[in-house]
Amino acid sequence: MSGAENINRKNYCDGMRDAIPIALGYLAVAFTLGIAARNAGVHALPATIMSLTNTTSAGEFAAITAIAGGVGYAELALMQLVINLRYMLMSCALTQKLDPKFSIIHRFFIGFGVTDEIFGISVARKGKLNPCYMYGAMSIAIPAWTIGTCLGVVLGNVLPGGVVSALSVALYGMFLAIIIPPARDNKVIRGLVIIAMAASFLFTKIPVIKNISSGMKVIILTVVISGVAAVLFPLPDEEKEEEEANHEA
Amino acid sequence: MKHNIYLYILVMAAVTYLIRVLPLTLIKKEIKNKTVRSFLFYVPYVTLAVMTFPAILTASNSMVAAGIGFVVALILAWRRTSMFVVSLVSCAIVYILELFM
Repeated sequence: MSGAENINRKNYCDGMRDAIPIALGYLAVAFTLGIAARNAGVHALPATIMSLTNTTSAGEFAAITAIAGGVGYAELALMQLVINLRYMLMSCALTQKLDPKFSIIHRFFIGFGVTDEIFGISVARKGKLNPCYMYGAMSIAIPAWTIGTCLGVVLGNVLPGGVVSALSVALYGMFLAIIIPPARDNKVIRGLVIIAMAASFLFTKIPVIKNISSGMKVIILTVVISGVAAVLFPLPDEEKEEEEANHEA
Repeated sequence: MKHNIYLYILVMAAVTYLIRVLPLTLIKKEIKNKTVRSFLFYVPYVTLAVMTFPAILTASNSMVAAGIGFVVALILAWRRTSMFVVSLVSCAIVYILELFM
């Protein structure tokens, strides 16, 4: 039994623990997704497979409506590209966070788990990110998303509406718990969070701009606001001491 | 439906997976450029903030209940309450408030 094994196990368990609120939120949101699928005439099996293989709320909601309308395959691909392009930014950020000790194989697996929420808890980890942490989170969150979808299709409106409605805010509560503590400690982050929320709000009000899809809005605002911040408030230089580590070739 | 549902799902899954996995596998080195590093450092906070507000207000049935849930979650998060508690308390508040609305 090596020390590394213990660390991996610890990370896996931490990931599972931190993903419990994600799983609760996913159950609720996926349940409403399942109801939408049922209303659109998508059966339980394909809806369940869709959630298992995609795990993307906005993308799947949009897809179900489009599929019901007989969208073309290329059009559907383009739609998913636009709505889900934000994951590309998240994956870029994760590359700088991952522990370089782990081989590239792990990157193919954690690629499945880059959702808004799992990304959120993963970047909030102290220090370098161990892929086992994401595996732990995925092992709780993805089944919840998948089962929730299935239940939504099969059970439809059995669950009281009030419960589904209330659980729908779970994911947002989690996002706040991720971004607010660093915002309290760091003036720049605090300013960015306020500006980002204000801009996001304006995007829902200004004519023409309010027609931009939510996925596109996330991309535009993230790139512009983070970009300006990177130029105006660059991070202090890293310590040189980390330089020599990790060249095993 | 004239198209095959499973082909639809395959197309979606392939596009979404590629979006997620390409940066992870193509960017293997630590980025040295200070501006790019700073940009990627700020990305999560901006992204999550943009996604949270004002979307939280329309997530549940009542905008007032969700708004109060939002403010309470903000206060709890500011006091470094755990993610699980922040999440659960905001749900509970929305549930209780909606009972009376």
